[in-house]
Amino acid sequence: MTSKNILSRLKGDDSLIFIALICVLGFIWSIFAAQPHDVPSMIYPTMEMHGFILMGAFIIALIVIMFKVADGLPQIDHSEYEDGVIKAGVIATTFWGIVGMLVGVIIACQLTWPEIFYFENLPWTNFGRLRPLHTSAVIFAFGGNALIATSLYVVQRTCRTRLAGGNWAWFVFWGYQLFIVLAATGYLTGITQSKEYAEPEWYVDIWLTIVWVAYLMIFLFTLARRKEPHIYVANWFYLAFIITIAILHIVNNLALPTGPFDAKSYSLFAGVQDAMTQWWYGHNAVGFFLTAGFLAIMYYFIPKRADRPIWSYKLSIVHFWAVIFIYVWAGPHHLHYTALPQWTQTLGMVFSIMLWMPSWGGMINGLMTLSGAWDKLRTDPVLRMLVVSVAFYGMATFEGPLMSIRYVNALSHYTEWTIGHVHSGALGWNGFITFGALYCLVPWLWKKKELYSLKLVELHFWLATLGIVFYITSMWVAGIMEGLMWRAYTDLGFLEYAFIETVSAKHIYYVIRALGGTLFLLGTFIMAFNIFMTIKGKGLAQPLDGDIPLAKRPSVPTAAPILAGE
Amino acid sequence: MSDNTPKIDEISGTETTGHEWDGIEELNTPMPRWWLWVFYASILFAIAYAIAMPSIPLVNSYYKGLLGASDRKQVAQEVELMGGQKYELFNQLNGETLEGIEAKPELFRFAMAAGKSAFGDNCATCHGSGGQGFKGYPNLNDDVWLWGGTFEDIRQTLTVGIRSAHDDTRFNIMMAYGREGFLTNPQIDDLTQYVLNLSGQEAEQQAVLRAGTVFQTNCSSCHGVAGTGDQSQGAPNLTDNEWLYGGDAADIRATIYNGRQGVMPNWNERLSPEIISALAIYVHSLGGGVATPQDTNTEDAP
Repeated sequence: MTSKNILSRLKGDDSLIFIALICVLGFIWSIFAAQPHDVPSMIYPTMEMHGFILMGAFIIALIVIMFKVADGLPQIDHSEYEDGVIKAGVIATTFWGIVGMLVGVIIACQLTWPEIFYFENLPWTNFGRLRPLHTSAVIFAFGGNALIATSLYVVQRTCRTRLAGGNWAWFVFWGYQLFIVLAATGYLTGITQSKEYAEPEWYVDIWLTIVWVAYLMIFLFTLARRKEPHIYVANWFYLAFIITIAILHIVNNLALPTGPFDAKSYSLFAGVQDAMTQWWYGHNAVGFFLTAGFLAIMYYFIPKRADRPIWSYKLSIVHFWAVIFIYVWAGPHHLHYTALPQWTQTLGMVFSIMLWMPSWGGMINGLMTLSGAWDKLRTDPVLRMLVVSVAFYGMATFEGPLMSIRYVNALSHYTEWTIGHVHSGALGWNGFITFGALYCLVPWLWKKKELYSLKLVELHFWLATLGIVFYITSMWVAGIMEGLMWRAYTDLGFLEYAFIETVSAKHIYYVIRALGGTLFLLGTFIMAFNIFMTIKGKGLAQPLDGDIPLAKRPSVPTAAPILAGE
Repeated sequence: MSDNTPKIDEISGTETTGHEWDGIEELNTPMPRWWLWVFYASILFAIAYAIAMPSIPLVNSYYKGLLGASDRKQVAQEVELMGGQKYELFNQLNGETLEGIEAKPELFRFAMAAGKSAFGDNCATCHGSGGQGFKGYPNLNDDVWLWGGTFEDIRQTLTVGIRSAHDDTRFNIMMAYGREGFLTNPQIDDLTQYVLNLSGQEAEQQAVLRAGTVFQTNCSSCHGVAGTGDQSQGAPNLTDNEWLYGGDAADIRATIYNGRQGVMPNWNERLSPEIISALAIYVHSLGGGVATPQDTNTEDAP
């Protein structure tokens, strides 16, 4: 290939030039960051480590780009979908899912048996460091990769067009993995800006912003290039998720670093404003990341797998706009009975109550889409997983408004009930819908007739369901028990129980929780094995006859699942 | 092209919208009535609640709500109410003797409740929630006391602490006889046997005989010639087979070799004298409290 050819191709797809530019600038910055700082403080060596990680990442990226250009850029066939990056996303989702859930089981054991799982000489294994690693790994690494992969898949199929932006999709994928690595290594070595779910420091935040804006642009331009007259409901939810997360991320992370190469910054907000900003962010991370984004997954994969139309178009419109409008106001319910002004708490509570039905709109639409296809639940464990996830979604979105009521919150706040609530949503809703989507995607993407084994999906389903039941029931009991113990007074006006008594009373429930988490993790291992064997083409995962071109036909080819019972 | 004319879905009998994406169609089902009505009801509730409670920010203040509810006011009232009841009884505790408190059943019950509560928050971390103690942290349920078990002794220990930052703290040192080279290893081995023997455990008699002089020279000034200890200087009784740091040969040897200097904080900076009195009452009652010595003491201490 001549250099002229390369130039003309670069003109057609200039993504590599800009990506290379970002990598060069990043590399220059990281050279400075990797310099030894002479400030004798725990956190500065991390900055050096991050400097080296970034240098390595950018160098590898630049070498890959150089090879790509030298080899001659491949002519992009615009009638084909871009599926490589989605395959990578599926694998990343599975990988990070195992990491995040494994850390979850570890910290559950640390809480249960602190005398065994406490390692004095390994500070990075401390609960305080591992806990944000767990939350970020499952939410942002597992959930985030699932959202990015499925959104890029769904937007292509429902717009009948290839992803816009050429190599930018790969930039988003690898950039996002780099963000995860920076965040995770930062937590373990003690870097945090102490904002829940927004722990990474300013330079990691800036990096995520760059990646996220690229993601938004890819999504928007793909939508703009669509060959369908309307935008599918799943894409409304994906777009709402991407835009809102961008706004939340930027505002909540506004901070002033102590220096251009320091791993330390101070928030622009202070006191109760800082708390309010944080929980406006935190609650909408739940609302737009874990709800809107995953509803988008639901809106594509359930009708697709059940092979039924969406139940109500009107409901989808109304509940979409209601969720989007109401969710952003509900954050103050995380700060009931604190220094936050009471009028703000009132607003947070009433918006949360108004949110109940809009949230349930998604559940109703998901479940009713099954009407006429209920019999498939008996034979298709993947569809069952998707449907049960919607049921858990309904449960968690009822429990949420309930717990936002100030008088209920007075009991539930700071107790294990909150942990149980979060996990009925995270394991039941986000986990199951992601598993279901992965089980759908793997045969579709790797062009197999079916998964390696539906029996293993069945086993995964039951292990995980049992795990969730153990988890949430034990946390309900533990939470309500400790909430009641904390507020118990003797008739003379003294606290009935010492704090340590409430802790030891929870021990047995911690054991049950750790058991539930282990079962759930076990299920995820089984899924990873099943996915691996499917990709290898073992078992039922026989290659499809003939290579069916993808974008040339509007619908996903095959995947009318060949069910065990049929 | 997917913008088809609406058709009827065979299974549900409902019309579709005519849209189709990647094979997915949409039914034109109306929104469920119950869903809509509950949604309206929650909006009405939200409005009503917002009118009743503080809800709207204004320029210099905020809308207070029809009910005039205020968390701050409520907390202040509750604190005052609780404080009012307790204040009187706390006052009575101040400077009162054990007998004085025991003579008033209501005051005693109050002191016990206050003491139990304070114990749970402050003491249980080391001494255990039932005061049962752990290795290195004394058991408070038995009648073995290092610094005395009368009400006044306990109150003093709570106030000044042991080897704490307080100027008048209770203080002594069990020296590190081995580590600091005061005694040789064979001497310590012999002493270990000697102490085992003192506490009525099986010991090697030759060693016990050899250690007699060593014990009298180095240990008896605190632990007493017979090893029965001395509460005035906080020296443990070695003959009762009750141990703070363990009573087998290895533990005893470690204690002699490395010494022991456990610390209890002085609580006078953190707790009020009334709470300390209440705590002393509570600890005294746990099972091992010693009666206050009378001027002409004829009773046997328990």
